[in-house]
Amino acid sequence: MFLLQHLWIILALPLAGAAINGLLGKNWSKSIVNSVAIGSVALSFLAAAETVREFLQLPADQIPYVGTYFSWISSGSFQVDFALQVDQLTVVMLMVVTFVGMLIHIYSTGYMAHEGGYYRFFSYLNLFMFFMLTLVLGANLIVMFVGWEGVGLCSYLLIGFWFLKKSAADAGKKAFITTRIGDFGFTVGILMVFYTLKSVDFQTIFKNLGILQPSEAVLTTICILLFTGAIGKSAQLPLYVWLPDAMEGPTPVSALIHAATMVTAGVYMVARLNPLFSRAPGAMLLVAIVGAVTAFYSATIGICQTDIKKVLAYSTVSQLGYMFLACGVGAYAAGIFHLMTHAFFKGLLFLAAGSVIHAMGGEQDMLKMGGLRKKIPVTYWTMLIATLAIAGIPGFAGFFSKDAILEAAKSASEGNPTIFVLWLLGIFGAAITSFYMFRLIFLTFFGKPRYDEHKVHVHESPASMTVPLGILAFLSIFGGWFAAPKLLGGMDHFTNFLQPVFTAYAPAATSTAMAGSASAEATGGGMELLHALLGWPVIVAVLGFALAWWLYIQSPETPKKIAKSLGGLYTLVFNKYYVDEIYGFLIVRPLLWISTNVLWHTIDEGIIDGTLHGVARAARESGGQLRGLQSGNARSYAAWVVIGAVGFTVLLFVLWTRVVQ
Amino acid sequence: MLNAVPISYYLVLSAILFGLGVIAFVFKRNIITIFMAIELMLNAVNLAFVAFARAWNALDGLVFVFFVIVVAAAEAAVGLAIVITIVHNRQTLNVERVNVLKF
Repeated sequence: MFLLQHLWIILALPLAGAAINGLLGKNWSKSIVNSVAIGSVALSFLAAAETVREFLQLPADQIPYVGTYFSWISSGSFQVDFALQVDQLTVVMLMVVTFVGMLIHIYSTGYMAHEGGYYRFFSYLNLFMFFMLTLVLGANLIVMFVGWEGVGLCSYLLIGFWFLKKSAADAGKKAFITTRIGDFGFTVGILMVFYTLKSVDFQTIFKNLGILQPSEAVLTTICILLFTGAIGKSAQLPLYVWLPDAMEGPTPVSALIHAATMVTAGVYMVARLNPLFSRAPGAMLLVAIVGAVTAFYSATIGICQTDIKKVLAYSTVSQLGYMFLACGVGAYAAGIFHLMTHAFFKGLLFLAAGSVIHAMGGEQDMLKMGGLRKKIPVTYWTMLIATLAIAGIPGFAGFFSKDAILEAAKSASEGNPTIFVLWLLGIFGAAITSFYMFRLIFLTFFGKPRYDEHKVHVHESPASMTVPLGILAFLSIFGGWFAAPKLLGGMDHFTNFLQPVFTAYAPAATSTAMAGSASAEATGGGMELLHALLGWPVIVAVLGFALAWWLYIQSPETPKKIAKSLGGLYTLVFNKYYVDEIYGFLIVRPLLWISTNVLWHTIDEGIIDGTLHGVARAARESGGQLRGLQSGNARSYAAWVVIGAVGFTVLLFVLWTRVVQ
Repeated sequence: MLNAVPISYYLVLSAILFGLGVIAFVFKRNIITIFMAIELMLNAVNLAFVAFARAWNALDGLVFVFFVIVVAAAEAAVGLAIVITIVHNRQTLNVERVNVLKF
């Protein structure tokens, strides 16, 4: 029970690592910085594992386990304590965050070995772990928001790690400002939650839903506002634009923050607040629509990208869309399942891409790669495994989670044509995902080398990088097998484990529906397996692979011909639908104009400075007038004396007569 | 008593003397003349005080007359010392030429 009572230890360890490395690490050797950084995260992982072990021994009435550590804000009826909680959802998130985080820390020691600012990188990375764990462990909206903002800060710091490079600094700013827009909606949502449900503590909110029973309109507004925060943080339409630019940061950062953990915070938030969302069908529909449309839209952009990291970035946006689609149709467990498997295979994809970039001496353009299969075999095989996972090929982790999402969407679409369209978008998105991922593999690892073999010495990465790749590859295969028994007529262990989180405060209608579907799935046995293997997700995945094989292995000249024949459409997609340019024209330029002309020239220079100068000028000029009195002319002084005397006499006379009256 | 002079006569005289002193103080250019005007004003005031003291049989006015005489004497001493210094430095008694203490 020790760690459950002292949950803050899980947080304190990375924070200590960040502080020690940040304050003292400047002149330390790399191995000391490594040990502090990796040590703190590894200890945090062990603490998290021990917490999970203790949690699994808890009786059901003590779940969720909440530990309150101190009273933070106490202002009338607004009471916020620094409280951490553990329930099944927290367990999943804890394990994913600490384990993948630990692997990426180990990987970074190899990747960043030749970089300056080594200690600063690990300090920021540890700080990120601290904030992410705060987000995940928080027992109320405010503590979660602290983590939310904190990971945004660390994202800014890490994207702009090479801050002397203008594009990197700009990308960091873009990420922070874009997510800020979402955070504004999130904050208003939190305020509305407090106003409506009289608390920000999760358990209290959920209880109050039944007692206070706010109207559906109010709940829908709240959920939409909270979801805008998720749109920003998890890079959905229309606030996804920061994620591709975030690839300016070092690849481990892209892997940890922009694939495995930070961007999934939005999904976690929706899943955590499922009692609110379940009572607001309009908001859930919005979540599903945004998710599905983003999934499809972002996949189409990924087709044409040539930078290996940008492809993965758009892929991340797309996969996050799937997670929101799942939450939007009520399949929260499927969304979290995909979150977990995505952390494994997308983290692996990014780390392997980093390995490729490292092998190619910094080259990120796939058109300048090729034929790397035999030269960096470990990287190739692990990246292939991850690609098979993300494409949803049966047997790999992604298959189970993506299949779960699309199955849930399909069953929710019965009688609901809107959701059927969303399911179609999901299927098309899956096809396109398979296509562009295999395109990435074929362009990078197959064919003839399209680079100068004398200039670039391709070499496999050191063990510090390849071992995490191997571990994540293992998880990309077996990490989804929790759900495998379902296909054979058994139980989906993952969904069952998470069931209490999503049924504890669910409105009456959905809980019976979910229970009903669970029992329906339990029958079928072998038919279930066949149905899954021949289902649309698998078919389109294979089709995508086939198309990529044809275009990039069999007839490599065809892509250029297709691009030429599609002309305008190709240019549109290649330029990412010009969204950045549109935002720049519609939003950024007017804002800059207002900032320069109104806020700067008019208000700052005109009014504020003007007032200041005006006061000074008034003082100066009145002084100038007054000094005319000191003319040195004694006769004028005499005249003033007489006038003063006369005036004083008159005054006294007037007062005297008044007194007499 | 015999037909005493009504007090108003003394006061009018005092006022006339004071007014003449003011006019001389403002319009004359010679520093000595200005000083004489100041003395005139002070003496006019003395006259008024004595007249009232006699009319009301009060000693207060006479005491104040003493004060005024003392002040007038001291001020004349200091003032004339200043005038001598001015004459020494500027070689003039024209008050309009003594205008250096300015902005």
